[in-house]
Amino acid sequence: MIVELGHYALCLALVAAALQAVTPLWGVRNDNVAAMRFGDSAAQVQFLATLGAFAALTYAYVVSDFSVRTVALNSHSAKPLIYRITGVWANHEGSMLLWVLVLALFGAAIATFARAVPLAMRARVLAVQAMIGVGFFAFILLTSNPFERLPLPPMDGQGMNPLLQDPGIALHPPFLYIGYVGFSTAFSFAIAALMAGKVEPAWARWMRPWVLGAWAALTFGIALGSWWAYYELGWGGFWFWDPVENASFMPWLLGTALLHSAIVVEKRDALQRWTILLAIFTFSLSLMGTFLVRSGILSSVHAFANDPERGAFILVLLAISLVGSMVLFAIRAPAIRERGVFSPISREGGLLLNNLLLAAACGVVFVGTLYPLLLDIATGDRITVGAPYFNQTFGPIFALVAIAAAIGPFLSWKRADARAIAHRLRIVLALSLLVPVIWAALTGWREPLGLAGLGLAAWLFTATLVDLGRRAGIGAAPIATVLRRLVGLPRSAWGLYAGHAGLAICISGVVAISVWKVEAIQTQQLGSPVPVGGYEFTLVDVSQRAGPNYQSSIATVAVSRDGEQVGLLFPERRWYPVERKPTTEAGIRTLWHGDLYAVLGDPAPEGQFVTRYYYNPGVAWMWLGATLMALGGLLTISDRRLRVGAPGARKVPVQAQPA
Amino acid sequence: MMARIVMFMAAVMLAFAVPSPVQAIDPDEMFTDLAQEERAREIGKQLRCLVCQNQSIFDSNAGLARDLRMVVRERITAGDNDDQIITFVAERFGDYVLLEPPIKQTTYALWAAPVVFLIAALGLGAVYLRRRQPVIEDGLSEAERAEAQRLLKGGDA
Repeated sequence: MIVELGHYALCLALVAAALQAVTPLWGVRNDNVAAMRFGDSAAQVQFLATLGAFAALTYAYVVSDFSVRTVALNSHSAKPLIYRITGVWANHEGSMLLWVLVLALFGAAIATFARAVPLAMRARVLAVQAMIGVGFFAFILLTSNPFERLPLPPMDGQGMNPLLQDPGIALHPPFLYIGYVGFSTAFSFAIAALMAGKVEPAWARWMRPWVLGAWAALTFGIALGSWWAYYELGWGGFWFWDPVENASFMPWLLGTALLHSAIVVEKRDALQRWTILLAIFTFSLSLMGTFLVRSGILSSVHAFANDPERGAFILVLLAISLVGSMVLFAIRAPAIRERGVFSPISREGGLLLNNLLLAAACGVVFVGTLYPLLLDIATGDRITVGAPYFNQTFGPIFALVAIAAAIGPFLSWKRADARAIAHRLRIVLALSLLVPVIWAALTGWREPLGLAGLGLAAWLFTATLVDLGRRAGIGAAPIATVLRRLVGLPRSAWGLYAGHAGLAICISGVVAISVWKVEAIQTQQLGSPVPVGGYEFTLVDVSQRAGPNYQSSIATVAVSRDGEQVGLLFPERRWYPVERKPTTEAGIRTLWHGDLYAVLGDPAPEGQFVTRYYYNPGVAWMWLGATLMALGGLLTISDRRLRVGAPGARKVPVQAQPA
Repeated sequence: MMARIVMFMAAVMLAFAVPSPVQAIDPDEMFTDLAQEERAREIGKQLRCLVCQNQSIFDSNAGLARDLRMVVRERITAGDNDDQIITFVAERFGDYVLLEPPIKQTTYALWAAPVVFLIAALGLGAVYLRRRQPVIEDGLSEAERAEAQRLLKGGDA
């Protein structure tokens, strides 16, 4: 019964979305306030209905109702409660339901919180948001109904891939979806602006908090997925240039460009058309990502579904939105005027460069991801585009992005003083060279590319600190003044510094683990130590244990350095009898400079075990850097200027009149 | 023919491919000579495990990846150099096995794309900035400019 109610709620959400897509636009055209306001209520109803549908499906998973097809195929009664819940979105139907839930959530949030956005604009935004909704509700109901019943329910479910029974990967899709489905708001604002035929600086201010929120979530979501791969797949890899990873990385790259270009629109009334295009393309890449993952067209970890009908449906939705928005753009864009003027060497110029480089980097990932697919379709020739390609092509372009990111904040708006900046950059360069030089003195000069990478990270980090110091007047003002200035800096400035410093820290971690990882693979006797990068790993014990729905061999590995114990690692090998699959759980100890990482392999004759040990330098820095970037996005949202209602006039307290 | 059969088998297995936790290289397959082992791994990192997604045979635990590693090790023992080994494997399994796509007629566009994108991006930026330049100068009309000159010279009458 509850499952049927869920199905009904989903249909209701479709109806609400359909009305929301039409009525507010009619209201704008006929200047009908009630019809425009209808968009707000419809968005809220649409969200509540979708939430109801989602809750109903979750209920079916929690109580293990195996008469529901997706539950029977993807769950099992022996699974712990937490993974019965996260199992809701670990399959095609459920994850699409999560997709529309996030879409509806953003719509309802705009309806509820974006009160500073003028009614006509909000009405248009919500209408566009609902158009996307109609497409995807229809997609779910017509091709991927999660509430479909089985005529003959099985006794128990088929279980869920044990690799996915893990907290990291369970939270990965929600953050990822808040990220890339959240970019739908950028699309809706862009289309709404084109409908209105004008783009004002205020438009960028209305749009930015939503884009920032989505971007922060996407940053965090990508890091979470990478973290999961790192500890779960058992050899310390964190990024594979897998098509599905690229599918979430491309919107991130273009979304990053969008964040920056929207600043120019807001502050300087320039780059409007470019920003609109970016908004459209960023969300189109999200749709393409959905297509790539959901159609199963790419063979990859994440491809659960293998149904051409579904792929074609999403492709049609992508085509409609792309063609429709491009036609609208072609009609309306020529009328959009750019008023702000600036010289090439200026903050605007720097942000433009950032945008162009990020777009080029995104283009490279796009070509590398789709090329093998298109080549196969066109000629039948099968090739692989793997990490070596991306490292050689994306790497240098992204290095330019990082170099430019260091210089950008030094530039003043309109026209920057090139000489003063060159002077400051010389100081930054001198300081940042210290890092690779010291590192090389410690470890040797064998890895020129790795040293260059460290130098790059140091360059960006130093420049960010120097700029922060300059704004606070360090060295020029008394300490009390410096502190007051630091506290008084707008949150968006802190967002900038956190974002750029986070990127620098993240780059240093990626470089360190890629270049200076140490590994040892061996058959090991209990009690005999193995040296790994200055540490000694001793296999102390291997014992058997039973988990809730798996059997486990768990090892105790003692790690010491110079005879002193550093810590114990507990790598595991699990066997999931329902799914008939093994998993490995790496034993990890995170130190500030790197991870000690142990993996337990197969038992070998005479009580020996195959073991794999790694010293992975810089790992914590990667996650710290990415988290700092996401935090930077959130800090900027919390800035007064972007806060909802900020443009409103200050309220003057009314004096009570004496009677 | 052999390559085709292997490709077909690979395709069939691909359909059932499920990622599994990696127990890649086994100690018993490793060279005792460190330099040889290092070479085997560097080569292994450039070859794709045919039944996995974008994983190298170095990282994969699939049986087919192991077989391919053994081929590489055999060639090393036979005294081939790195390029010969990679060519040897690519000739038998097709270019699909190479994680770095070879430069050939069908991949010119792939390899040209990054350079083209970078030049196009910088070129577009330059054109945009140049086009904007007159806007800065056209901020004032001739009459306004004359008026500004007059005011600057201190005449206020």
